[in-house]
Formats: sequence, structure tokens, C-alpha cells
Amino acid sequence: MNTTAPPIEVEIDDYGPLYAARKKVYPQSVSGTFRRIKWGLMAFCLGVYYLLPFVRWHRGLGAPDQAVLVDLPNSRFYFFFIELWPQEVYYFTGLLIVAAITLFLMNSIGGRIWCGYLCPQTVWTDLFYAVERMVEGDRRERMKKDAAKGTLKLQRFAEITLKHSIWLMIAWWTGGAWVLYFNDAPTLVKQLVTFQAPMLAYIWIGILTTTTYLLAGFMREQVCVYMCPWPRIQAALTDEWALNVTYKYDRGETRTSLKKANELRALGKAVGDCVDCYQCVAVCPTGIDIRDGAQLDCIQCGLCIDACDTVMKKIGRETRLIGYDNDINIQRRQAGKPPIYRIVRPRTIVYSALIATVGAIMLYALLTRSLLDVNVLHDRNPVAVKLSDGSIRNAYTVRLLNKRGFDRVIAIDIDGPANATVHVVGVDSVTPDRPMIVLGRDQTTELRLLVTAPSENNPEKSIPVRFRVTDIGLGEVASATDNFVTP
Amino acid sequence: MADHNDLDHVTGKTTTGHEWDGIKELNTPLPRWWVITFYLTIVWAVGYWIVYPAWPMLWSNTTGLLHYSSRADVAVELANLEMIRGDRMVALGAAPLADIEKDPALLALARARGKTVFGDNCAPCHGSGAAGAKGYPNLNDDDWLWGGTLDQIMQTIQFGARSGHTKAHESAMLAFGKEGVLKKEQIVTVANYVRSLSGLSTSQGYDAAAGAKIFADNCVACHGDGGKGNQELGAPNLTDKIWLYGSDEATLIETITNGRGGVMPAWVGRLDPPTIKALAVYVHSLGGGK
Ligand code: SF4
Ligand code: SF4
Repeated sequence: MNTTAPPIEVEIDDYGPLYAARKKVYPQSVSGTFRRIKWGLMAFCLGVYYLLPFVRWHRGLGAPDQAVLVDLPNSRFYFFFIELWPQEVYYFTGLLIVAAITLFLMNSIGGRIWCGYLCPQTVWTDLFYAVERMVEGDRRERMKKDAAKGTLKLQRFAEITLKHSIWLMIAWWTGGAWVLYFNDAPTLVKQLVTFQAPMLAYIWIGILTTTTYLLAGFMREQVCVYMCPWPRIQAALTDEWALNVTYKYDRGETRTSLKKANELRALGKAVGDCVDCYQCVAVCPTGIDIRDGAQLDCIQCGLCIDACDTVMKKIGRETRLIGYDNDINIQRRQAGKPPIYRIVRPRTIVYSALIATVGAIMLYALLTRSLLDVNVLHDRNPVAVKLSDGSIRNAYTVRLLNKRGFDRVIAIDIDGPANATVHVVGVDSVTPDRPMIVLGRDQTTELRLLVTAPSENNPEKSIPVRFRVTDIGLGEVASATDNFVTP
Repeated sequence: MADHNDLDHVTGKTTTGHEWDGIKELNTPLPRWWVITFYLTIVWAVGYWIVYPAWPMLWSNTTGLLHYSSRADVAVELANLEMIRGDRMVALGAAPLADIEKDPALLALARARGKTVFGDNCAPCHGSGAAGAKGYPNLNDDDWLWGGTLDQIMQTIQFGARSGHTKAHESAMLAFGKEGVLKKEQIVTVANYVRSLSGLSTSQGYDAAAGAKIFADNCVACHGDGGKGNQELGAPNLTDKIWLYGSDEATLIETITNGRGGVMPAWVGRLDPPTIKALAVYVHSLGGGK
């Protein structure tokens, strides 16, 4: 240690604390195009969410009449005309792939429009803000009320109570609608009010009430900024052509007050359109200043566009000082060239093509989905058995699936070893070698099937054998192939 | 100890006083919430030691205030499982044996239960897939020493063969050679005759008439005329293609000389009646049942 060295003069960094307390955001109400779009989409999304469980869809006797239903006890999923079985969950995989690519496509066209308009976090937070505004007043009022500490008068107390009650009510409805997707909605509603519903329903309502209340009432923009992974992913996915909410600094700088701007303009000096009124900041639900450039915290809700447009109209300047745009156009305008907008580009074409492909595959699978199915599993131990007369027998576990809403009679035939006979354990064949069984509606049945063949007619070690199951009423056929093995 | 007067000139912060090869450690405290969380985990751990079994002692361990034991948990789970199974097993026990295979639900239950119990109790001899081994019958084929109907199978499972149970299947193959009933050459001759019964080749120069005579004198009593066997006595059919101990001449000579008497234990008393029933249905459905 060299203690004699003279102290070096350096600027000492002011290391901030490792964590910072949240600054409360007080978004101001705003009106305009994007606000109207947001209201519309909110009404649509919430409407679908709250009302869909009550939409009926007639499926015949014994089947549920709910259009969208996740029937967990019976492992079935119903979506209008579609009924999915557990082994068909790959449709959900397809759906998730389509959803992901759609998100990519949205992102490459309009940035985080999902975040700004459709994300449940946005929708519910927006709704909660609307309630807050209705009860406690707009930005200024709320700030004033919050600042006036220690003077919690009766009216203020009533306001806060009212706000939280409405919030809780919305949250409670949100949880309630959720459980309705898992059971017949009208019945469940009746059960819920008469306290006859299963405990699990109440627990789930409790969980969703709590999360909705906390996430939309308190965490708000923090979910988007700190918890959600999408901002990070989308930042890596976006390109220079994506239309993001952008402050067009080419028009805005230098900012100055309206009065000063007019004076400077009169002198022929260059000034920007931005009058530094901070309206865009006041309305922002994440509490940021879009004029600082593109940033992670911006959910691209477009509200600052509405706010700024109002200002621009008032001062008689061209609107869309803030708008959906990109940096390329700002550069082009500065260079005196007209802006260009490119929605069709390799990226969007690839995404659209992918969506179309996966969608087409899913649709094809759905349309050609078999309503009668058979799976065969050969016995491994022993693979083959020699009978007393020298013939060979193989055993198979056969699983039959009847996806139709009625019972049917199924005949089982095989194409395989010469002179083979089939026997189903527990079934006395009516016609020799052609066992018939009754398949319950919307059910699977497992059978043990024995195939016996004289060994002298079948010298090969392994003979392919096809199991054909025929609905003798409808003529529908399904088949599966396995092998017949000789020891 | 930290020397708080030791200032780092570059950052202007104090150091901890620790130094390695001229590199000093800055005094950068952890965030308070982190430290509090850390202390809380310690408090939690102490509480855990007290409430749950934690400390190993010489021969056992501390039991903790809650006297929690994972073994007791398992016992409760098992008891619950038995209770859940209870109803269905009762239904199985009540159903007539002949009707179980006609009822898909009961058949599925019997097969599932039978398979598990078979794996635990029968597989050591008969193999996990019941394919048998030398001296242990294959239960998948259609050859049955003591009969292959559901009732007969259940009978055999319950009381076994030569198991010492009063109701067990008895009778064994006599040791014709050891007991001095047949001479060596006679045994060879009759072994060849037996092979011929099921169409197997015989050694050159063997006297078929003599073989038939020896067979008629000594073997027909159990194996019947023409060697078709007798399930009453557990005497195998000698005309089919299935051989419990093997069909080659040497094995047959060995069998005739020393006799055979495989033992199957009685399961009554060791397995409860519905389980034995399930086992019978399972074995029957393997494909060998009559
Ligand atoms: S900066 Fe504008 S678009 Fe972004 S979150 Fe704020 S108001 Fe919405
Ligand atoms: S609202 Fe428009 S004019 Fe006002 S500060 Fe924001 S960008 Fe500038």
C-alpha cells in the first residue's frame, strides 16, 4: 500500500440506492382517436370475457350446451362446434404458435400495440383508472388529495372506500367469470349464490379477485416495466420499420413556450412545435416522457398522441407531433425527403405466411379429424405364445375411441397372417372371427385382443397385421397396423 | 476488522481493510431488505428445527414439536387408497366369477388389480408376463395341468399344488427309475414312445411296440389312453406341442427316472378373496383360459 501517493482528484459518482421507491403515476384523462379506440377495444375484450360463458351451443343429449367450456373432470374441451380430447392438445400448441407469431407480426407492424390496447393488464388497469378518476377526480385533484396528508376527512374516507369497493367488485366479477369457463355457467351462478358450488370454485374466485385487485389497482405500470418479459423480447424483435409511438423531434426541437416561440418565429428564427406543456407526460399511464425517445416503459397506448394533438390544434399547428412513426422517416424528413411507410416487407410476409401455414394445418387436422379411432399395442412379454396344437398366438392391447355423441356397434377385423382368428377377451363373438363390441358415446374403451394363426401357414418371423374397426351402422372405418410375431 | 478510515481514492468510498495483491475490497453494504430477508431465513430455520424432526441423534432423531413423520403420512395415504379402492373391490368380491368378464368396468378393475398382484406374487415363478419357464407353466397358452376354466384357475390359486394345504392339488409323477419300477432301457424306450405321441422324431432302432406296452402298463393310469393327460390328476397331455420341462429325449428320461412334482403355494389366507378373484380373472384373460 502506497500511503504517500497524493489523492487523485476525481469526480465521485453518486451511486444511487440499489432499489428505488415507486413514484406514483397520476394519468390525466384525455380524449381523441386513440382513446376512443382504447375504449372500444376495452368494451369488446371485457364483453367477450364476461359474457362468453353464457353463450349456448346445442350439442345433443348428455353433452354440455355451453359454447366454450373446459370440462376438466371429463377431460374435454368445447369450443363452439369443436370438441377436443386430451390427446388432441396439439391444437393448443398450434394455437399458441399462431398467437406468438401474431404477436410478432403486430410488433413488426405497430410495435407494442398488444401492450397498449389488448393486454389484460392494460385493459383492467385502464378500467381501474377510469373508476379512480370517476370517484376521486382527475390528475390534479388526485395529486392534491394525496398530498394533503393527515387531513383524511370523512368525504375523503368515503371516496377511498367507494373506489376500493368498486375495484373489488370488478375484481370479483373477473374471478367469477373465470370459473364459469369450467362449468355450466347458469348452473354454477345459481350454485355460487346459494353457496352450493364446489370449494375449488370459491378458491379460484378468491385467487383471481386478489390478483386482479392487486395487479390492476396497485402494481399497474410496474407489471409492464418490471415483471413482464414481453418488453425485452419485443425490443429484440423490433426493426427500424416498425411503427412506434414517436416524438418527431425534427418538428419539436427546440422546445419553448408558445409566447417565446411566436416571438422567435416573428424574427424568422427556427423553433420547434413542442411548447413544453407536458401534456404528453401527464396523460401517460407509465409516467414517462416520450420526448426522451423510444423506451422500455412505453406501452404504446397512443394516449400521448391524443394529448399532443389537442395541444397542436389549440395552437394551430399541424397535429401528430407525436405519432406512430419510425426513426427512418424522421431522418428522411430532415433530409427533405417524403416519409415512407412499409408494412409489406420480408419480415411481415414471413410472419403472415407462417400464420397462414400453421392455421391451414390446424384447420386441415380439424376437418379431417377422425371420430372413430383405434390404437394398438403389441404384448411385449411374451411376444408370442405357442399353443398346444402348435399354432401361434399374439396378444394386443387395443384402445378404441368413439368421439361421437352416441353409442355405436363396432366390428373388429384383421388383415394379417393366413387363417388367423381374432378373439376379444370378455366378448363372445356372434359371427366367428369378427368380434363386435358396443362403444359408449364420447368414450374410450380398452380391449385385450388375441390373434391366433396356424404356424405352418405363416412361416415368416414377423407378419404385418392391420386392425380394422368398422362402425356397422355408419360404415365409418379406422385402422391401425402392428406386427404378428412367431417365436 | 474493517478499517473504516481507509478511504479508496478512486471511488471515494471506504474499504473493508482487506487487501489481496494490492487490490482492496470496497465497503459496499448489502441492501437492507436483503439482510433482513437473510436474518428471517435464519429465524425460520431455527423454528423449523424446533417444530419438525431435524437433528440426528445416536440411534434416532429429534421428533420435533409437531411429531411429524413422513412414514405416518404414507400410512395415512395408503389407508385412504384402500378406502377408495374398498367399494370397487367389494363390488368385485360380490360379483359371480363368471360375470366379471362380461362387465367391462369389472373386467378392467380385475385386470388392473390382478396384474399388480401378479407382479408382486406370481412373477418370480411365472415371469412378469406369465410366460413361465422350465417347470413353471406358461399361463398364456391353452395347456392347463389342473384345468383352465375360471373356477379351476381360482381353485389352483387358492390352494396351490402340493402346497401342503388340505385342499391342494396332489399327486405327483412317480420316479420310475429311482423307485426301480422301470429299468434304464425301458425308460429310454418309453421316452421315445412318448415323443412319438406328439409327432416328434424317435431314435433309430427303437422298439415302438415295446414302448407302447411299457406305456400301457405304467403310464396310462395317469396320462390316459393315448397319453391325452388328466386334469384331475394334473397329468399333462403328452400329445400336444407344449412341454413343461422339455421334450428332448434326455429330459424325458430324466423326468421318467426321477419323477416330477412342482409346487405351487396356496394363496388363500395370504391374499384376500376379492384379490384372488381378480388374479383368476387376470390369468384367465391372458388368453390361456378355457
Ligand atoms: S409514452 Fe405515450 S404511448 Fe407510451 S405509454 Fe406513455 S402515453 Fe402511452
Ligand atoms: S404534449 Fe406535445 S407540445 Fe406538449 S410537451 Fe408533449 S410533445 Fe410537447
